[in-house]
Amino acid sequence: MTSLRRAPLLAGKRPTAMAGGRFRVRLAANAALAVIGVCFVLPLAWLLLASVDPHAGYETRWPQSPSFANFAAVLTPGLLFQPLVNSFLLSAGTAVVNLAAAVLAAYPLSRYQSRFNKPFLYAILFGTSLPVTAIMVPVYGLFVQLQLLDSMPATIFFMATTTLPMAIWMTKNFMDSVPLELEEAAWMDGASGLASLRRIVLPLMRQGLGVVFIFVFIQAWGNFFVPFILLWSTSKQPAAVSVFSFFGQHGAIAYGELAAFSILYSVPVLILYTVVARGSGSAFALSGAMKG
Amino acid sequence: MSLRRRLRLLPVVPSILLLALFMVAPVAWSFYASFTNAALSGKAALNPQWVGLDNYARMLTDSVFPLSAWLTVVFVAVSAILGQNALGLVIALLMTRSGGALGSLVGTAVVASWILPEIVAAFAAYAYFSQDGTLNQLLGMFGVQGTNWLYAFPMAAIVLANIWRGTAFSMLVYRAALSQVPRDISEAALMDGARGWQRLAFITLPIIRGSIATNLMLITLQTLAVFTLIWVMTAGGPSNASTTLPVLAYQEAFKLGDIGYGTAIASVLILIGMVFGAVYVRLIRGAKS
Repeated sequence: MTSLRRAPLLAGKRPTAMAGGRFRVRLAANAALAVIGVCFVLPLAWLLLASVDPHAGYETRWPQSPSFANFAAVLTPGLLFQPLVNSFLLSAGTAVVNLAAAVLAAYPLSRYQSRFNKPFLYAILFGTSLPVTAIMVPVYGLFVQLQLLDSMPATIFFMATTTLPMAIWMTKNFMDSVPLELEEAAWMDGASGLASLRRIVLPLMRQGLGVVFIFVFIQAWGNFFVPFILLWSTSKQPAAVSVFSFFGQHGAIAYGELAAFSILYSVPVLILYTVVARGSGSAFALSGAMKG
Repeated sequence: MSLRRRLRLLPVVPSILLLALFMVAPVAWSFYASFTNAALSGKAALNPQWVGLDNYARMLTDSVFPLSAWLTVVFVAVSAILGQNALGLVIALLMTRSGGALGSLVGTAVVASWILPEIVAAFAAYAYFSQDGTLNQLLGMFGVQGTNWLYAFPMAAIVLANIWRGTAFSMLVYRAALSQVPRDISEAALMDGARGWQRLAFITLPIIRGSIATNLMLITLQTLAVFTLIWVMTAGGPSNASTTLPVLAYQEAFKLGDIGYGTAIASVLILIGMVFGAVYVRLIRGAKS
């Protein structure tokens, strides 16, 4: 938009050549963007078209007799509801544990100067760089020894830990932007640190907490590998794992149902992302890491 | 430190406990187990023996590990450092030139493939590259006979899929970075007659070099850990032609039950992550001071 406001100024100095050049640059940029956009949408087109095509295969085509039969077929308690409930329990549990730990840790890091703060924050940042897929092999070994395999709470605590470093950074950044003066008044009145955290800081950073919660929730909802390794019973598996095992066995016939299931399973994270992106300019996931 | 000041740090304890139990302990156990013959079943499962550097020596003689390490380097270099990074920068730059509805529409398309659950993205990519898939349909329109990309060119398929899946991250980083570049500077250069690529190479890129470095670190680490995309698309096959290190660690540990060798491979990956992590921390510290 800035370019639009600047344009007359530039045009005034070098009238026609500049304006024509700008127009051509914009046209070329738009054409290139359109091509890139189409390339990114193409793989998703199959998903959308196959979901309403009862005779879908792997080719992308307009359904001859579009219907919601695929959706109807997967809308059963065993196939869809139970796994989605499990996904929800796993993701919400992870987000709650994560947020509770992150808020508690962020408070002293944000409010009190200490020699401990910097080394801790950098150690945590270092922790974000450990590849989770590599850690899964030893985690499995550890879970076997501690007899924690196939335990929903243990899986929740592990998943909360994998996103905890990022969450602490994000929460601390959001907390830093709540002015200290408000709290100092409460301290004068004799409120303890944790009381002022609950009554003053948390209400003021509601939006930030929402961002962190949704950020963790989306990651947990989409996670396949961790529950794939740690949860064995079908009754505990989230949608990511159940769709893989179900269609791994029946995939040869049920492309349309696979697409329908995938869409129903994806809708919650798409909605949550839109909610957050609207509020914070879409780069929300980066705010924690980049602001430093 | 007085007792009072120490008590102030008490709320950090739950986080430290979680990190110690579920992050530090597994990493430490990984290094320990990599020196043993721990297994999923059999005698070695109950009573693992210390085998010293045997598992690491085996990597050098193993026919799969060197291939797998090479494939991982190719996967990270081509799909992340070249593909996602360059494409993300290009899209972000094009957006500053275009402006308006098309830009945000394309942005949404790019972000959509990134925000979808990984298993769904992997299914979509699988369908796209399969024999009857969209790619072959497109090639068919130009009269080109397609092939089953997942068997004939598994690496190309997973590299392209990962570019499709992950470019959004780089795009968001570069959009944020480019919005910080002062317009006056590049317009002054424009007045001095600098061409588009000259402004990019000598003005824009040097200004955002910090973001470029951070982005390269983060996407390298993310791509190093990719498992689901590859597992769903090719499962590392055919005959290990797309077995990157995370896939190999999974196969050795869980399919073949060799926890000792599996953790050795995992330990190598963790060490690589640690090296990058140390560089990353230095970068952030440098940027702050």
